Amino acid sequence: MRQFWVFVVKEFYHIVRDRRTMLILLGIPVAQILLFGFAITSEVKDVQVAVYDPSRDAVTRQITEQIAASSYFDVVEMLDDASRINDIFKYGRINLVIVFGENFAENLQHTGEAAVQLIADGTEPNQASLIVNYIEGILASYARSAMPAATAPSFTIQPEVKMLYNPQLQSSYYFVPGIMGLILLQICAMMTSIAIVREKETGTMEVLLVSPMKPIYIILSKSVPYLVLSMVNLATILLLSVFVLHVPVAGSLFTLLLLSLVYIFLSLSLGLFISTMVDTQMAAILVSGMGLMMPTMLLSGLIFPIESMPAVLQWVSAVVPARWYVEAMKKIMVQGVGIEYVLTELGILTGMATVLVVLSLKKFNVRLN
Amino acid sequence: MNRVSATGIGKSYGPVKALDDISFDVAPGEIFGIIGPDGAGKTTLFRILTTLLTADAGRASVCGLDVVKEYRAIRCRVGYMPGRFSLYRDLSVEENLRFFASVFNTTVEANYHLVADIYRQLAPFSTRKAAQLSGGMKQKLALCCALIHKPEVLFLDEPTTGVDPVSRKEFWEMLMRLRADGLTILVSTPYMDEASLCDRIALIQSGRFLKIETPRRIVAAYPRKIFAVSSSRMHDLLRDLRAYAPVGTAFSFGAACHVTFAADDCPAALEAYLTARGHSSLRVEEIEPTVEDCFMLLSKTPDDGKRA
Repeated sequence: MRQFWVFVVKEFYHIVRDRRTMLILLGIPVAQILLFGFAITSEVKDVQVAVYDPSRDAVTRQITEQIAASSYFDVVEMLDDASRINDIFKYGRINLVIVFGENFAENLQHTGEAAVQLIADGTEPNQASLIVNYIEGILASYARSAMPAATAPSFTIQPEVKMLYNPQLQSSYYFVPGIMGLILLQICAMMTSIAIVREKETGTMEVLLVSPMKPIYIILSKSVPYLVLSMVNLATILLLSVFVLHVPVAGSLFTLLLLSLVYIFLSLSLGLFISTMVDTQMAAILVSGMGLMMPTMLLSGLIFPIESMPAVLQWVSAVVPARWYVEAMKKIMVQGVGIEYVLTELGILTGMATVLVVLSLKKFNVRLN
Repeated sequence: MNRVSATGIGKSYGPVKALDDISFDVAPGEIFGIIGPDGAGKTTLFRILTTLLTADAGRASVCGLDVVKEYRAIRCRVGYMPGRFSLYRDLSVEENLRFFASVFNTTVEANYHLVADIYRQLAPFSTRKAAQLSGGMKQKLALCCALIHKPEVLFLDEPTTGVDPVSRKEFWEMLMRLRADGLTILVSTPYMDEASLCDRIALIQSGRFLKIETPRRIVAAYPRKIFAVSSSRMHDLLRDLRAYAPVGTAFSFGAACHVTFAADDCPAALEAYLTARGHSSLRVEEIEPTVEDCFMLLSKTPDDGKRA
């Protein structure tokens, strides 16, 4: 046992003395959470709007004012020439141009119909359709309030929308679990595999093998420091998301930690498995970088919802550990369900971890050939 | 009983035969040198004996234990210093030593007497990172780490490669002291001058042992007279000597060419021949053959020494 702890302490020295790596390890979660929280967001904010209004009457002015008053939109330019509409998009500052028809108020009053055209920059389709939806909402609510009751249609279907679990539709609710799945995998799998392969590369593994130290101790003591590090990261992410991004932990913290621990364990065993397959740090980085990061980013539901993928990709995503973790974390963090609803995910993650540990112990070479 | 014993060891990497039918025994308290050029198979042999590789053919035992079946027990009883510097560069001298002591279930204090002589030289740098040590210091530290658990057999794979001459000398003095304490040492080296310091040496070439003998006997068995020839134009000398019909073999040894003659004795006409070819300040003297001369003779067919 003393052997084991001395080895763990040595491993901590390696990590602490490599300042740059340590900074990256502790900084990655903070940077990613803040990036996704504040910079990379699917919400619409401060959309730059230009208005072309040839009729210039009371109604169009009122609508324009209402749009400008909304926190989502900044009306930055009033165009006086329709020919400038195309140019203005090319400069890239404007996301939306609103074109009112001629004699807008008059038409509205006499025929009950008036034309307004919304021209949005379609290069970012999601954002464009969100913007258009918002504007349509503003126009509709103006129409309802401005229209005399008599001219209103005799019956309307008025949907009352309620967003469960995430009433404000904040995107951070969606990505925080995903980021956790990504970061924990990154740190556990990549760093553990690199740390073990480094001993092979520098030749120290050769000396360690010709010692009474059991291979399983060598492997386990390599993963303990990264287990500790990922716990620190887990805490950082949770604190940041609760206090900075205001994403609450709706479910039980205990279930969340249990699930994360299983996932961390799984990621560590993935790292061990990778280290038994490759001989250089470069290869370890490539395998864990390309082989793990890409599927995790694309197939875990972090960026694209799994339900809308083609069936084949859905099957493939079933072997991506992060998929199960992210799914369960969303249930616990956002929906606040109890442990009985994530038993499937928990079971799958535990099974994957067991298989990987057994495989890597079998594959671990007690010799060099 | 022999500390190390090998019978018919063979090992191939694909079509390349790294080791072929290697057999030898090492007695307790012996310094056994394995002498040969790079790529001769020295490291492969060491790895087989330290249980890191398995041989394709033959059997070997260390401390009476089989290197395949009883590899675990062997790993507790030998010290191994690989050819490449294999300590933790980001740990200090003292941390490295303490770590390896712990790995072998012992403490620096318990076995300090084993490494005291060597460690005394390292002590002033005990807090320095291993990466910042000089080549000689690195090797001394590696030796300390390989010794700290009181091994019965010490395997040193090219311990002095890339080390300055003074440190090399010191290193060998340490090995002599360790032998006096009863340690059995297997050491490989590409430096022929270190061969004479071993009790017995095996000359290895292309995976085969050419000869196993004491250095003295190997040298004594050299069959011919040998002469050192030097001149003012050393770079042409070897070619001119090899072009000279009475010359048996000629090899460049840095400051001189070592030459043997077909008729055994140096022909009187040699100096005239070389002078005619523009060589001046000629020196020709008979010398004692070195291990390297023997190695050259054993490893080449007689014609080799004449080929340009």
